[in-house]
Amino acid sequence: MKAGVGAPGRAQIPERTLRTDRWRIYPLTTGAILLFFIAYATVRIFMNKWYWAPEEHYLTPIYSPCLSESCVPGSSHFGTPLPEIPWFLPMAIITFVVLAGFRGTCYYYRKAGYRSLFMAPAACAVPEPHKKYTGESKFPLVLLNAHRYFFYGALVFAAINVYDAVLAFQGKDGGFGMGLGTVIILINLVMLTAYTLSCHACRHIVGGRLKNFSKHPLRYRYWTFVSKLNARHGQYAMISLFTVILTDAYIMAVSAGWITDLRIFN
Amino acid sequence: MSYKANFKIWRGDDTSGELHDFIVEVNEGEVVLDIIHRLQATQAPDLAVRWNCKAGKCGSCSAEINGKPRLLCMTRMSVFTEEETVTVTPLRTFPVVRDLVTDVSYNYQKAREVPSFAPPKELGLGEYRMKQQDVERSQEFRKCIECFLCQNTCHVIRDHEENKENFSGPRFLMRVAELEMHPLDTEDRVREAQDEHGLGYCNITKCCTEVCPEHIKITDNALIPMKERVADRKYDPIVWLGNQLFRRGSKR
Amino acid sequence: MVQVQVERFPYDVVVIGAGGAGLRAAIEAREQGKRTAIVSKSLFGKAHTVMAEGGCAASMGNVNAKDNWQVHFRDTMRGGKFLNNWRMAELHAKEAPDRVWELETYGALFDRTKDGKISQRNFGGHTYPRLAHVGDRTGLEMIRTMQQKIVSLQQEDFEEYGDYEAMLKVFPECTVTELIKDNDRIAGAFAYWRDSGKFILFETPAIVLATGGIGKSFKVTSNSWEYTGDGHALALRAGATLINMEFVQFHPTGMVWPPSVKGILVTEGVRGDGGVLKNSTGERFMFGYIPDVFKGQYAETEQEADGWYNDQDNHRRTPDLLPRDEVARAINTEVKEGRGSPHGGVFLDIASRLPAEEIRRRLPSMYHQFKELADVDITAQPMEVGPTCHYVMGGVEVDPDTASSVVPGLFAAGEVAGGMHGSNRLGGNSLSDLIVFGRRAGLGAAQYLDSLDQRPKISESDVDAAAHRAVAPFDWPSEGQAENPYTIHAELQQSMNDLVGIIRKEEEVQQALDKLAELKERARFVAVEGRREFNPGWHLCLDLRNMLLVSECVAKAALMRTESRGGHTRDDYPAMDNRWRNKLLVCSSDEHGTSAEVVEKPQEPMRSDLLELFELAELEKYFTDEELAQHPGRVAQ
Ligand SMILES: Cc1cc2nc3c(=O)[nH]c(=O)nc-3n(C[C@H](O)[C@H](O)[C@H](O)COP(=O)(O)OP(=O)(O)OC[C@H]3O[C@@H](n4cnc5c(N)ncnc54)[C@H](O)[C@@H]3O)c2cc1C
Ligand code: SF4
Ligand code: SF4
Ligand code: FES
Ligand code: FES
Repeated sequence: MKAGVGAPGRAQIPERTLRTDRWRIYPLTTGAILLFFIAYATVRIFMNKWYWAPEEHYLTPIYSPCLSESCVPGSSHFGTPLPEIPWFLPMAIITFVVLAGFRGTCYYYRKAGYRSLFMAPAACAVPEPHKKYTGESKFPLVLLNAHRYFFYGALVFAAINVYDAVLAFQGKDGGFGMGLGTVIILINLVMLTAYTLSCHACRHIVGGRLKNFSKHPLRYRYWTFVSKLNARHGQYAMISLFTVILTDAYIMAVSAGWITDLRIFN
Repeated sequence: MSYKANFKIWRGDDTSGELHDFIVEVNEGEVVLDIIHRLQATQAPDLAVRWNCKAGKCGSCSAEINGKPRLLCMTRMSVFTEEETVTVTPLRTFPVVRDLVTDVSYNYQKAREVPSFAPPKELGLGEYRMKQQDVERSQEFRKCIECFLCQNTCHVIRDHEENKENFSGPRFLMRVAELEMHPLDTEDRVREAQDEHGLGYCNITKCCTEVCPEHIKITDNALIPMKERVADRKYDPIVWLGNQLFRRGSKR
Repeated sequence: MVQVQVERFPYDVVVIGAGGAGLRAAIEAREQGKRTAIVSKSLFGKAHTVMAEGGCAASMGNVNAKDNWQVHFRDTMRGGKFLNNWRMAELHAKEAPDRVWELETYGALFDRTKDGKISQRNFGGHTYPRLAHVGDRTGLEMIRTMQQKIVSLQQEDFEEYGDYEAMLKVFPECTVTELIKDNDRIAGAFAYWRDSGKFILFETPAIVLATGGIGKSFKVTSNSWEYTGDGHALALRAGATLINMEFVQFHPTGMVWPPSVKGILVTEGVRGDGGVLKNSTGERFMFGYIPDVFKGQYAETEQEADGWYNDQDNHRRTPDLLPRDEVARAINTEVKEGRGSPHGGVFLDIASRLPAEEIRRRLPSMYHQFKELADVDITAQPMEVGPTCHYVMGGVEVDPDTASSVVPGLFAAGEVAGGMHGSNRLGGNSLSDLIVFGRRAGLGAAQYLDSLDQRPKISESDVDAAAHRAVAPFDWPSEGQAENPYTIHAELQQSMNDLVGIIRKEEEVQQALDKLAELKERARFVAVEGRREFNPGWHLCLDLRNMLLVSECVAKAALMRTESRGGHTRDDYPAMDNRWRNKLLVCSSDEHGTSAEVVEKPQEPMRSDLLELFELAELEKYFTDEELAQHPGRVAQ
């Protein structure tokens, strides 16, 4: 006997699903986007170059902060406490682990990934192909519960990104200045911040874990604020994914000299 | 403003059954349940369907329409084109009784396994004081009309009969969350949520939220906050250490 | 012939009905240590009570501290035009606050006031904000709360006996068709499982009827299929009496469009929160319909009415919130005189009175209901509303303190019981009625059991007879034509609606009685196809019998009462007649329920301390001079 909707006792209907709408679109598009990002990030991480545009003072968020002695001059905003990184390792390994870990354990990306890449389930009331299913109750998926540590990490990186953005307001002559890159960096920063603050772990930590809001009026305010952002967490997750790619690609192009930055001011 | 619509309705019982074709009149403003009633009165007097209020308040008339879990009484015919064939089947996660009626006793069994509200012993009648902002979260969950559409849609049990034993489903995980967020409840069910009710099986794919006719944000407001509470308790060494050092466990 | 197999279950108390009254009765019986069964036609937690929206009246005084049980009592009596059983109204007003607070200890989460108490809202006929509520889903909250309390009791029993159902068991989707007696006492109940069609027999000395109302005998109704008057009919056939059956409440605001949702309720909370009624000329017509008995108690200008929402001490309330019978009649008149809305109702406007956000917060399910079912956005457009059959004031005649009917062992509570609401029920007084008298019925049943020295016995022939009656619709008549139960039901609804509806006339009611006689005859030949497993056609056949009997009570009593009062309006006798005030019409039938008979009976005079709660001038509007002779006000004159 078949399992799932075909299990004995349930209404015997040969069709796996009777949905007539275009339910395949969501998993296909989301899957494509996720795969594209994974591919892009992998390529970029192993490039180990074109992450710093020295004249414009743009540092791509994917390589920020640059902490090793392999970093090109100027890109290390926080010194170089780490020794040279062997050529076969990505220099941005720390950044990458935290940022990829943050997104990889994010509740929204988990949903997107399960639906599109694992088809568990691809769409609601559409049977999934797996024989057995234990969800996030067992190793390794139970590790996803560590999301909040990545959130703490992401907070630190968000602060660093703010610093990077401030530095990007430097003109060619060293004084104040800005270009299209600065604007892009700024937009990315806003989206990243929205994404990070709207995190479910954040919502829990700022106030969600309380039983009595009325005894903690301030935390209730934070919680209310984060809850508002949280309702759009999925949107921020997707938008910020694109802004990160855009920012990185732009800085790469400027740094490689493929294009020249459009200066708005100095 | 009336037309003839094509319907396919599953009829049968726990041993066999199939989709039957019907052609039936549809008038302006009608919902799918009206059509089923018209069929009963004219073509199929013994067509079994469960319903009560016909106003989306009791959660009796859950079924699947064109493959989507929905309430029969809240699905207007105007969402379909006049040419479209409307297919109605019973819920496909629970054993079928007859035609569109399923045996939903799984849900009542799970309801019984969630430890009940534990009131504070020292408070008498009329002495409860709770602020609106403190009851609001649980109030959202108490909008639930127990239609069990979320339970029906959740792939954890829809696609894996064997998980029924260890998984209480979104409705009752939400019940755990409701009690955990009740400002005066004195019991602690966090560990149980993971160990007894199978919170870990949920992969937050949000199908429960998608089908909930009360538009309760089950995943965002109940399941994920519960997962975070479980993480506090079971997977967070800092909180664990803090609790060990300062014995703050009770002062939440 | 269908073979007859009957499963048997012995219980101390069997509660028929899992609505608010039934659940509260069962909780009480179980807490008194009795083995209790709850039988319900629908699934556990789906009873009609889930549909209640507005709230539950209890004079807790959380919003206006001037409220107390005396004020609530007075409002209830006025609403019922002084025909209420005053003892029930007294118990109700006194006990409602405790019962509501009790729900909190079961886990209910009502909306709160600023200082954390239960918030209370305004409703028609209530002097102060009095209705405990949760948005507009109060009934759901009550059902869920008591359902969960029952689960909690079952968990306790599991701890003690290793069986969740040792002391308290729910029989969902199980319909009782007959009560069985041992001589004059209750001995059991005969039922069938809706899903399997199998029969079961409850062997029990005490039965609490909590089966709700009769609205499904009317075409336009806010009630669900459960409301086929089963409890009323079961009581009649068991030898109990019904009172006040002529009083049927038509709620003024039901949806009128589209046709398939006609009748679905629009909560009075809309008006309580600021919504106003308007006719097609945009006039707030209720100002023209304040009846003499309420003159002086309601605002006479729009300005004053609008001031009242925020400052109740210096303004009188809006006439939009007159008791339901008055508002329903007013709407009826407006429509008849050509000032109705396009689909034959009037307009109920909240859109122009509250900000959209506030409407969605306070009336979420109304917003939802109109959006999904009628494509109307109530935050932008007015609703179209008209009267809909909503509630039956009449019901089983009971002893106020114990809820016992005249048949030993038969108790009744909730909508199926009569007397409490007199000729017209105030909104919100039903939910409180359920918990006050539900508890009393459970207690009454437990005490009855304790007083019993011997359990009654059930005779096999009664069981066989019940079973045979139940399967009769499967025997197609050997000659003549078989009748379709759906057709008979539709005809019954149409005639009750048109002929014994909101406005009644002698000829029309007589016509209805003729029609009922015809339908009753035809109903003997109803037949269904198929098997016994979940067969709605068969279920309807069995319900039809009850609807016909109860409708006959309604029509006969309506014919006899030659005055207009509350939920009974006679076009040919439009005035209230004080000589009718203390007369109850009592309905009874033989054991097969072949026909109903209605007789007059005097009401018990009100206790003098309660009478003194009213101003003499007010009482004079309702009572005859003889009745008031002893009033201290009169004596002083
Ligand atoms: C739309 C709507 C809104 C309302 N709003 C309010 C409000 O705001 N405030 C207020 O106070 N009142 C309100 N009322 C009225 C109130 O809800 C009802 O009067 C009340 O719920 C009746 O409760 P009950 O316990 O008597 O019966 P119900 O809740 O109706 O329960 C009846 C039970 O009996 C069972 N039953 C019936 N016949 C049988 C049988 N033969 N065998 C076995 N079981 C049987 C049914 O299955 C059901 O479980 C409203 C009513 C409606 C319809
Ligand atoms: S979010 Fe979790 S509980 Fe809800 S349907 Fe998905 S897996 Fe099931
Ligand atoms: S949570 Fe929503 S979908 Fe699930 S049972 Fe309740 S109302 Fe239905
Ligand atoms: S970042 Fe998505 S949930 Fe935390
Ligand atoms: S019949 Fe009550 S929800 Fe559909």
